[in-house]
Amino acid sequence: MEEIANLFHGFAVVIQPFNILLMVVGILLGVIIGVLPGLGGANGVAILLPLTFSMPPTSAIIMLSCIYWGALFGGAITSVLFNIPGEPWSVATTFDGHPMAQQGRAGEALTAAFTSSFVGALFAVLVITLVAPLVAKFALQFGPAEKFSVYFLAFCSFIGMGKEPAFKTVAAMMIGFALAAVGLDSVTGQLRLTFGFPELLNGFDFLIAVIGLFGIGEILLTMEEGLSFKGRAAGINPKVVLQTWAELPRYWSTSLRSCIIGCWMGISPAGATPASFMSYGIAKRVSKNGHKFGTGEIEGVVAPETAAHAAGTSALLPMLSLGVPGSPTAAVLLGGLLIWGLQPGPLLFVEQKDFVWGLIASMYLGNIAGLIIVLTTVPLFAAILRIPFSIIAPVILVLCAIGAYTVHNSTFDVVLMMAFGVLGYVLKKCNYPLAPMVLAIVLGDKAEEAFRQSLLASQGKLAVFWSNGLVGTIMALGLIALFWPIIQDGWSRLRDLAMPQRFL
Amino acid sequence: MTDATSRDGGGGPSHRWVEAGVAVLMALFGVIVIVGSFQVGIGWGPEGPKSGFFPFYLGVVIIGASVVNLFRAMVEIDRERLFADWDQLGQVISVVIPSTIYVLAIPWIGIYVASMLLIALFMKWFGRYGWSLTLSIAIGIPAITYLLFEKWFLIPLPKGPIEDLLGL
Repeated sequence: MEEIANLFHGFAVVIQPFNILLMVVGILLGVIIGVLPGLGGANGVAILLPLTFSMPPTSAIIMLSCIYWGALFGGAITSVLFNIPGEPWSVATTFDGHPMAQQGRAGEALTAAFTSSFVGALFAVLVITLVAPLVAKFALQFGPAEKFSVYFLAFCSFIGMGKEPAFKTVAAMMIGFALAAVGLDSVTGQLRLTFGFPELLNGFDFLIAVIGLFGIGEILLTMEEGLSFKGRAAGINPKVVLQTWAELPRYWSTSLRSCIIGCWMGISPAGATPASFMSYGIAKRVSKNGHKFGTGEIEGVVAPETAAHAAGTSALLPMLSLGVPGSPTAAVLLGGLLIWGLQPGPLLFVEQKDFVWGLIASMYLGNIAGLIIVLTTVPLFAAILRIPFSIIAPVILVLCAIGAYTVHNSTFDVVLMMAFGVLGYVLKKCNYPLAPMVLAIVLGDKAEEAFRQSLLASQGKLAVFWSNGLVGTIMALGLIALFWPIIQDGWSRLRDLAMPQRFL
Repeated sequence: MTDATSRDGGGGPSHRWVEAGVAVLMALFGVIVIVGSFQVGIGWGPEGPKSGFFPFYLGVVIIGASVVNLFRAMVEIDRERLFADWDQLGQVISVVIPSTIYVLAIPWIGIYVASMLLIALFMKWFGRYGWSLTLSIAIGIPAITYLLFEKWFLIPLPKGPIEDLLGL
């Protein structure tokens, strides 16, 4: 019950006028970021992070997390109206959302998308409220070996659960770790991998990598595709909203299933994008209207949007309670915590109660505010999308450059950002995943520290990672996640042997 | 670069060779990491594992994974598949070159003037807009940035000789 009291205290923090204002500003900025190509949740938050350095941490995280909610909402607008997913997790929304818009049911599709997003997020926030404090309490007992095992689990999930080829994920991830290792070694205080370049003393900042890989890389991809926006008109009026709301409860089972898929995928760092595809796929198989999916079924909008938002929100759970972010955007928020002098992880719940519960309370209010704002301002954002790319692209480039510069007031970082941008374009084209690389840059030092401390305590024996039930279980889960495709394959073969020719 | 040597069909660089090139470059990166690790010691020191211990194994895994990726690229990717056609790559390069000049120019002429030139170039070159719209956006965006960062948030951005001259 202590949590409930804390939560209400959190609401009191959020309801201050300054914080409400930041919330609204954050959501508006977030929707713009979500709508524009080349500005995603992760690099949008990264670019705006330096602006918050002077704010109190609670206000800063409220604004930044609201940018994230806004970006999640914004992705749906472009998917439905323009058939262009503003964010990777809204790709599945285009399948049924855009056909609905073509049939003149854009308002209905958008209302369904926003409301489902809201439901998914709310479900995930409830999960965070109930589960995060427990996880944090549990994690307080973690030693270095347990900490390392959690990182191990997170990174193995990427390899086993990601849709990219496993060895490409491994290569991208290890390069991320190697980039994180450059510079001062936090354990011995020695310089390494700098090869005498003074610019590399401080290593590679992941914010620069995020802005380059996701921002510049995305612009280059958009240039290649030669995008021209041909959008459908968007009209949302109260009548359509109410009609859609009356229809939505019919899909409660799809909605609930998508919430659970989303939370599960968000907490294990598979992320919002696979969650939305998986949810869409299952809904298509289970629903009695499944054969009509892809022609403008409202259920086909509900499923991916609910899951994407549930995943996007629940990605903050491991970030807050364990210090392991579930998505690149959660990683950027984690970077923000470090800059404001807060140590993410279980101690946060003990030492920074105001901050944690302020953030959780802002998730509730931010999503309510977000729903209202997007429902009322869709035409405005649709208009922004009609600005030609030859104006948007250089402006985004300028914003990325400013964002990269302000991280450390260094012009070298801006050059580095450009290099990461070209790298991001090539890697994306060659189907290398970028998220694990970014998370490895963020977590590299911590993972290495935990690894070395564990080995130090055990005199170099790897058996320390199996030394007790807890660490052994987490490591075993990690291995299961790592070899998941093989396990799944073996399982389906066994099943085929057991009951031949019944399905498929 | 590998892609310049293999114009299968003439439409653009082959996807296979680009992927192979990426895998080779990644393996080279792995070699650099291993070399750097040896420089600081990969063994066991008085405070436990030395600084190069962890990176050394990272380098080994990077090389291993890249070899698999290289092998797969050569075996599994269709010979005919293009990475992108030359027109598309031309579009990409026409963004990369001005942007690179832009980021390299920032330390010399400041971010504001560089941004004005970049926006103006894009709008004239790709968008073919009239001068009035081009100039208003090319000057307007940096001006808003100036007010937002320098005046409101008090975050100084890089400035060049023109700002000095104007006394900003």
